[in-house]
Amino acid sequence: MALVLTEEQSMLRDSARGLISDKAPVSHLRSLRDAKDPTGFSKELWHAFAEMGFAGLLVPEEFGGSGLGFMEAGVVMEEIGRTLMPSPFLATSVVAASALNRGGNAAQKSEYLPKISNGSLLATLAIDEGAKHRPLQTSLQAVRAGNGFKLSGAKALVVDGHVADLFIVAARTAGSAGERDGLTLFLVNPRAKGVSIERTIMVDAHNAARIELANVEVTADSVLGEVDQGAALLDGVLDIGRGAVAAEMVGLSEEVFNRTVEYLKNRKQFGKLIGEFQALQHRAAELYVDIEITRAATMKALQALDADVAKAASSVAVAKARAGTTATRAVQEGVQMHGGMGMTDQFDIGFFMKRARVCEELFGDANYHTEQLARTRGY
Amino acid sequence: MSETESADLEKFRNETRAWLEANCPPEMRKPATSDADVFWGGRNTKFASEPQRIWFERMRDKGWTVPDWPREYGGGGLSAAEHKVLRTEMGRIGARPPLSSFGIWMLGPALLKYGNEAQKKEHLPKIAAGLIRWCQGYSEPNAGSDLASLQTRAESDGDDFVITGQKIWTSYANYADWIFCLVRTDASAKKHDGISFILFDMTSKGVTTKPILLISGYSPFCETFFDGVRVPKSHVVGTVNRGWDVAKYLLQHERAMISGMGERGVGRPLGQIAADSVGSDAQGKLDDAMLRGRIASFDVDEAALAACAERAVDLAKAGQAHPAFSSAMKYYGTELNKRRYEILMSAGGVDALEWESERSKQGARPRAWLRTKANSIEGGTTEVMLGIVAKRILDLPGA
Ligand SMILES: Cc1cc2nc3c(=O)[nH]c(=O)nc-3n(C[C@H](O)[C@H](O)[C@H](O)COP(=O)(O)OP(=O)(O)OC[C@H]3O[C@@H](n4cnc5c(N)ncnc54)[C@H](O)[C@@H]3O)c2cc1C
Repeated sequence: MALVLTEEQSMLRDSARGLISDKAPVSHLRSLRDAKDPTGFSKELWHAFAEMGFAGLLVPEEFGGSGLGFMEAGVVMEEIGRTLMPSPFLATSVVAASALNRGGNAAQKSEYLPKISNGSLLATLAIDEGAKHRPLQTSLQAVRAGNGFKLSGAKALVVDGHVADLFIVAARTAGSAGERDGLTLFLVNPRAKGVSIERTIMVDAHNAARIELANVEVTADSVLGEVDQGAALLDGVLDIGRGAVAAEMVGLSEEVFNRTVEYLKNRKQFGKLIGEFQALQHRAAELYVDIEITRAATMKALQALDADVAKAASSVAVAKARAGTTATRAVQEGVQMHGGMGMTDQFDIGFFMKRARVCEELFGDANYHTEQLARTRGY
Repeated sequence: MSETESADLEKFRNETRAWLEANCPPEMRKPATSDADVFWGGRNTKFASEPQRIWFERMRDKGWTVPDWPREYGGGGLSAAEHKVLRTEMGRIGARPPLSSFGIWMLGPALLKYGNEAQKKEHLPKIAAGLIRWCQGYSEPNAGSDLASLQTRAESDGDDFVITGQKIWTSYANYADWIFCLVRTDASAKKHDGISFILFDMTSKGVTTKPILLISGYSPFCETFFDGVRVPKSHVVGTVNRGWDVAKYLLQHERAMISGMGERGVGRPLGQIAADSVGSDAQGKLDDAMLRGRIASFDVDEAALAACAERAVDLAKAGQAHPAFSSAMKYYGTELNKRRYEILMSAGGVDALEWESERSKQGARPRAWLRTKANSIEGGTTEVMLGIVAKRILDLPGA
């Protein structure tokens, strides 16, 4: 596979870019933030998204979706990254849809996937419990009770947690925190008895929540995949999420970078355009190369996921690690090269800096993924 | 790609794999440990070993010293897709390039684009067959990064140019048979407009060379002097006074080549090499957490660069490549290769410091480490590459 977009993928990008830049420029996020919007995203826009086939992009055609691949999901994520549009796309259409599609039985698929495709159901994955992404550290308990299970514990950074219609919760049916065996994924109704949800207003003004489960009863039908054997399913789903977030970070990095280069071409000091100063030129050039390299690594990871999710782990680790480092550098240089302007809320650059920070933590930061690569390489 | 095309490519892959398996001697499936172990070709060449000779001759007979050149000029006539397959398959078994040559990396592409038919017929097949070894006469004592300020003059005298001046940093000038050289043919023109690109035999009367000793203990490059060297005008490639176009095109290829040097450098993964000397703990983790972290982040960047190199080829094939992108790759590839060798030295500790001993293979590691320091200088420095990216790709002001 060539590491360039196909004609179809370029068309997809153009239509996503058209819609997103038109309906959800950065000012869209700004106004949702300023209005303390209770939903945190535009429902109207989400329906437009669904009508264009984006909501069900990864859902097979038999369940009403477009049956496209992770490269295509990455194309959309990148456009989302350019304007920071808050949207259920990542949590629902990429991560939850993949979890259901890969792990669901026939009944689960036909119940949920068509609703994801038509935009009527929002779903999200609830994994992390501590401050850092550590999927195996899951300790939320699921104990057998009658025909089903009772779930107790807490989760942090549940993306779209306060608006979701379905939680996919990682729980421990056996073993203890840190072990691979004994993890199980459950489908949980957020309105079930014993669920409490606290919307957390995050630095980037995107949606997230803390959730708490106190003896929440679920039936045996709520198990996604196999009891105790959820780690492999979770690995694949997380890698898909990581590839998608890397693509968002590529879009975000490139957008901040373009804005910064424009500024270098327009701002004058000492009677010169600041872009004439070699100290800034060279830093801009280094950043350009960083972004190109990260884009290639991300495309490689998405292609690897399309070829075989189970074998894509090291490509995904490279992409997410690189994306984190590059986006951090892009937003930092963006603020620095804009001088005092970069520090004002009125200016958009700060929004990119905040979103980059959240994306870095989401599904594991650069250190986490660099460590993963070292492990897979056996040293 | 159509189905028949991809089926043909699969067939080519299988045949290539089988051929390499049968024809690449086991000794040629690991990286060269010293410069003496690399085959450069030329009139006075000697093979370092029998496997080296066998490997070179078999590859030459298939046209695979230059797989993507046209067959009529001694190449293999492979398509871009087939060439990629061959590279992948060679990489898979760790096969060395059969012939290293400035003719292949640099002059050949420039001749293919700017040479006339007679020049192509004369020079390309000899490059492909490793018969003539070339050197590059670009830099002068006062024209390094500012190459276009070069002063070596070529004066017109009937059908000849008479060349007088001095070059410096001419790699392997003392072993080379011919030189591709930049000379000033019009002293009154603006600096880029009076330069010509010319080829001549290093045994011509008036050519002398003097090796320069490097920090690595080798003398791979020379001062080169021209004292009234007579060269027929037919040896100019492209148009007289338009040599800068040829020079720049050749530099793109040189930069692409240098940016890929790391790939040929070391065989085993850094993490394993480091484990040999620093050891591992009970969980199999390197017994030096900081070093392990440095290696891991190096591995991330290296894998990302490899993806980018692959994408650069794909972009070129799709006609979407920026002509200055080789400068971007050159900058990153060379800085990364320097990082690789800093890590290798650090991983090797005291062992990596031995300069002359049985064990150290004549200081292979420290010499290679010192050699990499030139990567960000030769073919245009990192600073110059960043300047090119800033101005040509990002279009920043003040060119
Ligand atoms: C191993 C090796 C092999 C070589 N082989 C050959 C060969 O075969 N043939 C040949 O002709 N030449 C060869 N060279 C020469 C090489 O091309 C030059 O060394 C190189 O172009 C730099 O020129 P310089 O050494 O004169 O450094 P200078 O140009 O004097 O540079 C000195 C420093 O100033 C910086 N600098 C210069 N201009 C700028 C600027 N505009 N902005 C910011 N910084 C700047 C440079 O980056 C560098 O750090 C070789 C060099 C090496 C190291």
